[in-house]
Amino acid sequence: MIWNTMQLALREIRFNLMRSILTALGIIIGVAAVIVIVTLGGGATARVTSDISSLGRNLIIVVPGKRGPSGREQGTPFELQDANAILEEVDGVAGVAPTATKSITVIYGNESWSTSIHGTNNGYMGVREWALAAGRAFTRGEERSGRAVCVIGETIRRELFGFQNPIGATIRADNIPCEVIGLLEPKGTATFGTDQDDLVVTPLRTFQRRISGNRDISMIFVSAAAAEMTTKVQNDIQTLLRQRRGIRDNEQEDFEVENLQEITKVVESTTGVLTALLSAVAMVSLIVGGIGIMNIMLVSVTERTREIGIRLAIGALERDVLLQFLVEAMMLSLAGGIAGILFGLFVSFWLSEALNLPFILNVPIVLIAVVFSAFVGIVFGFFPARRAARLNPIDALRYE
Amino acid sequence: MALISLRNITKVYGQGDAQVIALDNIHMTISDGEFVAVMGPSGSGKSTCMNILGCLDTPTSGSYRFQDMEVTTLDQNQRALLRRNFLGFVFQGYNLLKRTTARENLELPLVYRGVPAKERHERADHVLELVGLEDRGHHTSAELSGGQQQRVAIARAIITSPLLLLADEPTGNLDSQRSLEIMNLLARLNEEQGITIVMVTHEADMAEFAKRVITFRDGHIAQDTAEAEAVAP
Repeated sequence: MIWNTMQLALREIRFNLMRSILTALGIIIGVAAVIVIVTLGGGATARVTSDISSLGRNLIIVVPGKRGPSGREQGTPFELQDANAILEEVDGVAGVAPTATKSITVIYGNESWSTSIHGTNNGYMGVREWALAAGRAFTRGEERSGRAVCVIGETIRRELFGFQNPIGATIRADNIPCEVIGLLEPKGTATFGTDQDDLVVTPLRTFQRRISGNRDISMIFVSAAAAEMTTKVQNDIQTLLRQRRGIRDNEQEDFEVENLQEITKVVESTTGVLTALLSAVAMVSLIVGGIGIMNIMLVSVTERTREIGIRLAIGALERDVLLQFLVEAMMLSLAGGIAGILFGLFVSFWLSEALNLPFILNVPIVLIAVVFSAFVGIVFGFFPARRAARLNPIDALRYE
Repeated sequence: MALISLRNITKVYGQGDAQVIALDNIHMTISDGEFVAVMGPSGSGKSTCMNILGCLDTPTSGSYRFQDMEVTTLDQNQRALLRRNFLGFVFQGYNLLKRTTARENLELPLVYRGVPAKERHERADHVLELVGLEDRGHHTSAELSGGQQQRVAIARAIITSPLLLLADEPTGNLDSQRSLEIMNLLARLNEEQGITIVMVTHEADMAEFAKRVITFRDGHIAQDTAEAEAVAP
């Protein structure tokens, strides 16, 4: 019985193919919109989260200056002693990398490249969870003596060396000859658009002596020993640095301690809220699609009044007619839903590629879309179907 | 045994001044196996009577017993069940479903009765043979002539082996040759299968195939050959 009803509905849909497609279009667009929004939202969240964690897990960044309404205000730079104090006095610190940065031009042979140089210590690689692809890190001796050695990022290797082996070569960084001893593994471009591999790392002492000529530390990277400890470590660093910089209790500090886990959470909840909001808007279009189905089913019932009369005369019961129209409405919206899913997945796959986001298939939302579109068919098909089923057979038979 | 018994059946359409009395206090009894022709000018109430017999319409007052069942107190769904189980319909306009093959039309009543596919096909074969359309099963109604369509409609009405076949001007749209074919078919079904037939017709030639003729006029039964025989010595 149900099989026959489905065949009948299919035939009816096929016969009015153009009308059926236009009717289903509302559902197709609604479902596709939901799928695209949720998939892209999920991809964006995953991308941002992985970018942030690629900076280093449990990472805490300490920077001078305070973020104000008109951008970051300058603050007094840190000193090496601040970093040492953090390592010694704060519990739960796994590593500290005091870092100073400067924009420079590096030259090798005929190639030159504008980049930034980071003066830091060996802890930098550990704190930022950055492994070496080739070569070695700095030795204690090199760090202490300030030898002109450097570790370069993947972008520098590509731009200066091409297919040559960079290890052992000497590049010129702002006219300072510097031996390349290591190559960092590529990390890729961050969401914020910065190329993380575009850098040269050199021992802090080398940087201070030969490149900057001062003892300023512009950034301190700290890694907590465990994820649960990051908040406590963050607070302790805040307290310690306030003391060291002589900031009174009622004064704002002129530095910032940023916890990447917190940033990740904020980003995740923001994209989550945004996705939910946009999905709600897309849902509205699904309801509009459902009304389209109801409209066309009402037209169909009127057109087929005589047919309904014949069916009632040759043995159909009220529920048979009800079922027939319900199944037809449901198949229409379900077909729309499935087409919408395929279309939505196609579009989100394509957009993910274009926007360089990971394509994450959200299976629950696909299932929800299927169930919801069938549900739309039942809800909006019920009224026209009941109207058909309640027709008086003699009136229906006489209908011209 | 009385298959149908109408007592004091009245049907009124409209209200107030626009009120039309289509049937006025009708009595009628039809027994199992009868072939009854119902005649009368248009507006005489014969079609209304047929619709009430077919449970497609309900009388304003009176009693209609089908076998031992009081039909007037049934609800819409119960009437539909009665149609499904005991009645077959043949209409003037054939009323086959569009875009549907003869065979599918035939099997539809069985589909609603939940008959399995294999048995449906067998019974469709059987009735197609009975109406002489063995080779037309896969044609849609648009591909069949009027006579053939009406034969399919009759096959559809009898495929369920109904107790009562109601035919509303079955030859109304056909030429005389086709009409004769249809009437012979109905007469044969009545003789051989024992199906009770009530048929509305305008034409006296067609009524001659029936064993009994009931004539309506102005909502009353003007003449009933069965009663005339009973009265005659």
